[in-house]
Amino acid sequence: MIPENLLENPIVAALKDLAPAAKLEFGELTVEITASGIVEALRRLKADLQFERLTSVTGVDRYPNEPRFEIVYHLQSIGTKQRLRLKARVASGVGEIESATSVYRAANWYERETFDLFGVRFLNHPDLTRIMLPDDWEGYPLRKDYPVTGTRY
Amino acid sequence: MADVKDTGVLEMPEQHDDRGITSERSVEQDYNEHLKNKSGPRSMVLNMGPQHPSTHGVLRLLLELDGEEILKAAPDIGYLHTGIEKEFEQKTYQQGVTLTDRIDYLAPLSNNLVYCLAAEKLLGLEIPEHAQWTRVMLSEFTRLNSHLVWLGTHAIDIGAMSVFLYAFREREEILRVFEMFSGQRMMTSYFRIGGLALPHPRGWQKRVKDFVDIFPSRVDEYEELLTTNRIWTGRTKGVGYISLEDMLDLGVTGPMLRAAGMKIDVRKDAPYSSYEKFDFEVPTRTENDVFARYQLRIEEMRQSCRIIKQALEGMPSGSHQADAPGIVLPEREKMKTQMESLIYHFKIVSEGFRVPEGEVYQAIESPRGEVGCYMVSDGTQKPYRVHWRGPSFGNLQCIPTLIEGTLIADVIAALGSMDFVLGDTDR
Repeated sequence: MIPENLLENPIVAALKDLAPAAKLEFGELTVEITASGIVEALRRLKADLQFERLTSVTGVDRYPNEPRFEIVYHLQSIGTKQRLRLKARVASGVGEIESATSVYRAANWYERETFDLFGVRFLNHPDLTRIMLPDDWEGYPLRKDYPVTGTRY
Repeated sequence: MADVKDTGVLEMPEQHDDRGITSERSVEQDYNEHLKNKSGPRSMVLNMGPQHPSTHGVLRLLLELDGEEILKAAPDIGYLHTGIEKEFEQKTYQQGVTLTDRIDYLAPLSNNLVYCLAAEKLLGLEIPEHAQWTRVMLSEFTRLNSHLVWLGTHAIDIGAMSVFLYAFREREEILRVFEMFSGQRMMTSYFRIGGLALPHPRGWQKRVKDFVDIFPSRVDEYEELLTTNRIWTGRTKGVGYISLEDMLDLGVTGPMLRAAGMKIDVRKDAPYSSYEKFDFEVPTRTENDVFARYQLRIEEMRQSCRIIKQALEGMPSGSHQADAPGIVLPEREKMKTQMESLIYHFKIVSEGFRVPEGEVYQAIESPRGEVGCYMVSDGTQKPYRVHWRGPSFGNLQCIPTLIEGTLIADVIAALGSMDFVLGDTDR
């Protein structure tokens, strides 16, 4: 749900049809985007609202809650000195989301890292392979059900 | 296991195997073949690293070469992955500080700072000015420390051996300052959530003053050795160009952007830890080559020295820790005499402190660019998730764009000018 004081915000207003929720906490704006609309949202932000830079893409595992994964995008506008956080939720049964590489090339490695450590697949990514771990590694270490000790998954 | 696409990073010509070694034919045969068939495939794949000295750690580059020209480059990282982000989730907030030192081991205090700032934002802690200024001063020492290591090793890569010895002479002094403050030379963990680990040591002013008095002349010495050196300029000028648009799109931060003429610095754009109270310039260059990045970092060293001087002269008095019982450890004396302090001490040490639910992203300017700490709290004593946006990871993505089409000798110079740390890349 979008609180009333944020409806006037130009960023929230531009993403209104894609955003089921938004919040302003600790002075940081977070806009939640439906998983299917993430590329469109990024494209609008880059083209219309001067968010030139994608700072990072990462994930948060909300296990055992569903939808399990939050994919978090941090954007920065150099001109207006603003920062923005986008969040898309991906259910464990789906496990995939459209890649942002078509909008920001910087997303490439961040998405590979998120895939490597969380096992969320990014569709239409140019090279979705493991980046940190060996190619034959089993399991996704940053998932909450991945053990911290022991050698077997 | 989800289906992973085949790692077809480089399409290799048939007559080569993946180690980059050509088949049994002699060089002479190869050469004759080449003379006969000039249009045929004659590229070779060279595996540079992970132990190559100029990769400063364990970066592996797959280079496809045509003679000395690079046709394609594919960086391969992950050799230093230690699962630090997973480990954050197993440690209490205060214990996590020690992990941050080990991420970017050439700038430990910058990492301490960003982690502490993120946690303090969640806790809503007010840090005394005395602690804030100390943080600024030591962060700038960290920048000098990192730039000096960079200067020395970068110069060695390109063939100027002696600069290394000069740079490490001053670095030693900086490490002594760190040791004086925190008891450690490298893995300091001196900044803690709520302030500093220890009050200032006795006699620190003299050591810092001696350093800031002598350091500008030492920077002149480096410049004497390099700036007008014909071999140095020949190896660095006009080398390692990458357009500003590419850099922004690829997520590059820090000195690389400033050397391309963009005035961007988190210390000015979103001041933290009272940086707004210091008078310093953000240097920029427009040439956007290896030489410009060298000049830029030299200028940054002078500016850092200015900041340290201001911090030394204007250091406010006060407590080194926030007034936050339950988060900050009580003084030793109080802990031994007051029951309440003893309880707090026991609770903090045995189970840590709870941090309110929420998520924050804190960015600071590390010597290499923007380091960001995304911290998610679920209201318990341990972070739910910490993501580390290392500047080296972001910067390394531009390697293919940076070096494709250049000569192999320039790769060393171009890589060196990026100043990456693999611990920061792989985490």
